[in-house]
Order: sequence, then C-alpha cells, then structure tokens
Amino acid sequence: MSSDTLRDVRPLPRARAFDVQGVSLTALSGLSAALIALMVAVILGDIVGHGWQAVTWEFLAGAPRNGMTEGGIFPAIYGTVLLVLLMVVALIPFGVGAAVYLHEYADPYAWTTQAVRFAVNNLAGVPSIVFGLFGLGFFIQFVGRSIDQGLGLDVVWGQPSLIWAALTLAVLNLPVVIVTTEEALKTVPREMREASLALGATRWQTVRYVLLPQAMPGILTGAILAVSRGAGEVAPILFTGAAYFLPYLPSSPTDQFMELGYHVFVLATQSPDVEATRPILYGTVLVLLGLTLLLNLTAIVLRARLRARLLGRS
Amino acid sequence: MALLRPGIDATRHRRMQLWRERFIEFALRSSALFAVVGLLLIIVFVFREAAPVLFDRETQREASVPGFFATPLWQPVGDVPKYGIVPLLVGTFKVVVVAMVFATPLAVLAALFSSEFASPRVREAIKPVIEILAGIPSVVMGFFALMVLASWLQQWTGSTIRLNAVNAGIALGLGVIPTIYTVAEDALRAVPRSYREASLGLGATPWQTAWHVALPAASAGVGAAVLLGLARAVGETMIVLMASGNAAIISGDPFDSVRTLSASIAAELAEVVVGSPHYSVLFFLGALLFTITFIINVAAGVFVERLRKRLAGA
Repeated sequence: MSSDTLRDVRPLPRARAFDVQGVSLTALSGLSAALIALMVAVILGDIVGHGWQAVTWEFLAGAPRNGMTEGGIFPAIYGTVLLVLLMVVALIPFGVGAAVYLHEYADPYAWTTQAVRFAVNNLAGVPSIVFGLFGLGFFIQFVGRSIDQGLGLDVVWGQPSLIWAALTLAVLNLPVVIVTTEEALKTVPREMREASLALGATRWQTVRYVLLPQAMPGILTGAILAVSRGAGEVAPILFTGAAYFLPYLPSSPTDQFMELGYHVFVLATQSPDVEATRPILYGTVLVLLGLTLLLNLTAIVLRARLRARLLGRS
Repeated sequence: MALLRPGIDATRHRRMQLWRERFIEFALRSSALFAVVGLLLIIVFVFREAAPVLFDRETQREASVPGFFATPLWQPVGDVPKYGIVPLLVGTFKVVVVAMVFATPLAVLAALFSSEFASPRVREAIKPVIEILAGIPSVVMGFFALMVLASWLQQWTGSTIRLNAVNAGIALGLGVIPTIYTVAEDALRAVPRSYREASLGLGATPWQTAWHVALPAASAGVGAAVLLGLARAVGETMIVLMASGNAAIISGDPFDSVRTLSASIAAELAEVVVGSPHYSVLFFLGALLFTITFIINVAAGVFVERLRKRLAGA
C-alpha cells in the first residue's frame, strides 16, 4: 500500500513530459541564426572562390581594356580612394563637432537639441537614392550652377563631379559619425571632466585635451564605418559624379571619376558580353568586398575595445 | 597650454579666452545644426525639382498626379510618354512583402536566440556574422542575386522568368536582416534581468520566459526593428535595380519581373533632360519615397520611445 502512496506523489506529468514547444522554439531560433550565418558563408564563399584568381597585380594596377572585358580596375580603385578621402575631410569636422556639441554643451531638454537628434535619426533613414537626387538637385543644379554663373564660367561646377559626389556621401554619413563619436564620449568618465574643470581648464580645453584624445578610438570607428559605407554606396553617386568609363584619371575636384561599386554595377548590367566579363566582374566584387569588410573589421575591433572600457568602469 | 603665464596681463588673457570659448561653442553648435539643415535641404531640393508636376501647367499636360493613376503603363520614353505609377507601386509592394516575409522571422528569431538561449561565446560569434552581412555593399548583394541566386532559384522553382520579385525580395531581405536583428536584439537585451528571474522563479521554462515574458516586454523595440527594416527595404535601390528584372507590369504573381520606385529613378534619371517632365516625375517619385520612409522612421522612433518609457517605468 505504501508504494501506491509514493506513486501518487510523483511530480506532475506535465513537468516531466518532453517539452515540445520549448525544444522547437529553441531549435527554431538557433536554426535561424545558423541559417543567416550559412547564407553569409555561401555569399562570401562564392565571391572569394570565383574572384581570387582574377585579382592579380596587373588587375589591380592596370586600366580596363577592350571594352572593359579585359585589363584591370586601377582607375576605379583610384577614384574610390579619392572619393572617400574627400568625403572624410568634409565629414569629420562637422560630425565630430556636432557630437561634441550634443554631448558636452547642449541642454538635452532644449527644443533645438531635440530637433538635432530628430534630424540625425531621420537623416540616417533617408534612402540612399534620395541622397542621389538631393546631390543632383542641390549641389549640382543649385550650388554648382550658382558658382558657374557667379564666376562667369561655362559649365565647370554645375555638372556631376568628384566634389559633389563626395559631399553627397558626406551628408549621407553624417549620422554615422555623430552617433559613434557620441558613443565614445559617453565612455569617458565624468570624473575626468570634473578633474579637468577643477584644475581651471575651460570647457574647450577640457574637450580638446581630455575628451577628444579619450574619444579618439570612437571617432576613428565612425570615420572607418563612414569610409566603408562611402566606398560601397552606389545609388548616391549614380548622378552626382561616377563615370561609366574614363580614359584618364581624375585630377581636379570637378572631374568625373570611376568607382568600384559603380564599376561592379556597370560590368554586371551593361556589359556587351557577360561571359567574357565574368572573371573581371568577380575580381572587382572581391576587391570591393575585401576593402569594405577589412574596414568594418577594423571598426569592430576598435569598438570592442571601447565597449570593454565602458564595462570596466561600471 | 599655459593657463597662467606670469608676465602676461591676466585680465586681457582671460578676455581673449572667453571670446575664444564663445566662438568655439558657436562653431560646434553650427556643426550640430548642420544635420538639421541637411535634412531640410534634402526636403526642399527634392520637392523643388518635383514641384513642376504639381504646379507647372506645361509639365502637367504630360505628367500630373491624376495622370499617374489614369494609365496602367509606365512608358516614360516614347512619342507619347505614359507615366502610370501603379505598376511601380505594385512592384515595390511585392518586392518589399517578399523581403519582409523572408527577413522578419529569421532576424527576430535569431535575435531571440542570441539574447535568450545562446551562451556568451555563441553570442559573441553571431555578432560579427551580422556585422559582416551589414558590411556587404548593396551593389555586391545585387550582383550576387543577379549572377548566382537567380540561377539557383530558377532551378529550384522552375520559374520561366529568371529575374523576378522573389529573387529581388530574398536578396533585399538579406540586406535588411542586420537592421532588424540589431535593433530587436538591443531591445531584448534591454529587458531587465529581474523580469526573467521572476518568470523562472515561478517555474516557467526558459522558452516560456523568452516567448511570454522577454518578447512581449521588448515588443515595442521589436516593432521598431521591423519598421526600420521596412523603411530600408522600401528605399533600397541597387539590389532591386540589379535583381528584379525591372519590367513595369501590374500582376500578382511573385515570379514576374517587377520595377520599383527606387529602381526607376536609378535607371532613368541619368538619361533625362534636366527640367523635362520626365525629370520632374522622377524627382516626384523620390519625394514619394522620402515621404514613405520618413513616416515609417518616425513611427519607429515612437515605438523606441515607448519601449524606453516602459522599461524605465518598471
């Protein structure tokens, strides 16, 4: 009889039963993560597998030949580098300045500050093609034309060129730099500001000699992410300066330029002979992807260090 | 930076410093206002170039808002240009639906896995995968969909049309997974530990905690994640331009080619005469795209704010 009583106090069967829902949800969510990783691996594998043979010294240092079915991509690499350099030069002072103002000077509850934050958030969400329209409508048709008229020139500034494409990309990347710089400023302990101010330093001296050096990795992260995005975005430069093919390298800010991402687009969609172009196309994609991923990787490492500092403090 | 240099008139030095401080604060504030100005300039100049569609009689004879819906044809080039935007709206809708149906469950489940079930080591392994996916330029994703994915899908589905809404939608989905994942994971990880401890302490299993406690608590953030992904999908250009076939047809079949709003701008603007009706119509499409994404982004912002308040009030 006693054994019967014991059997009655067993745990409830539900708790012991195989937890179908739980196991399937856990498995499904894990599977989703695995599937994403698998797809990334497939894409990278395909591009590296088909592209690595094409990437030779001649390919990187040569110019396109024979209707772009042969030769290299040097002009596109050169144009991309010039483009992102100009962009960064225009972008960093404003981006960092804005972040410093938002985090160190501004009254967080003032309506102007709220307006800036709203603008930054929404600027980040504007489609890249709209930036292309903006570049054409504002920089080329408005600013460029005004310069030409003011100087009595023919069409020099009022046409697609390196400078307008770079400035368009700078506006596009403004939120990236502001957000990363602000994130970096957040990691600087309050005590450092207080110590600096208590020693008699002014607000700007505190920013210049205490905060900015501390936030340097964050600023660098922002710059690198902006460069990576700038090198990869094609839609904003479609009408603001990228050229299908140029027999010469750009030498002035008002020249058009070839660009890696645009070159991929051109080779993939406008080539007269897709099969003949395929190796070069894969090579170009690999170079572009290698460039952007390398930059992203650097940014990830820098950011991880910053995060570690933030955690080490709290 | 000698703050007090003996021998210098201290008051004069002090006054100079004050002016410098004021000037720098002004410069920094101006940088911050640049973001606002940038957003305003985008709105002003995109809408300005689109204005003839609404206000210019000459342009309206060829292209006007009622006219956009009067014809089912998008044939901007020809003796009698037809600007029917319904096929473009239908095309955009189809591609975006495919992309969201593909990306949302994968990204949200993966975020759930990472925040609720994965060990710290696995979590740290997922992060770079997502960052790599986010770092793949959209032109590279478009290239992959055009050259590789389209052929695979055609083999699997036996579709007669190689470049179609499903192909472009899946590639687009891959492009927005990082956005959805990142925002959703942030929201889930912002849910206080005490919620989970309370749930587990009451005897709920880990999946019950994840599904019935963590996910509902973070629902506003997950909603914001999906909205931000949606806005990106609507505005994304290069992927759909390369992978969708670009045929402006009104049909419900996901295996037909489609032409989206963004791809139409990208494909046509370069060959258009500045100031022509076609030019204004393309800017009008840009303004439309801007308005749609702006509304979605603002809605996402409202969701984020709601999440912040809910978790802060807890």
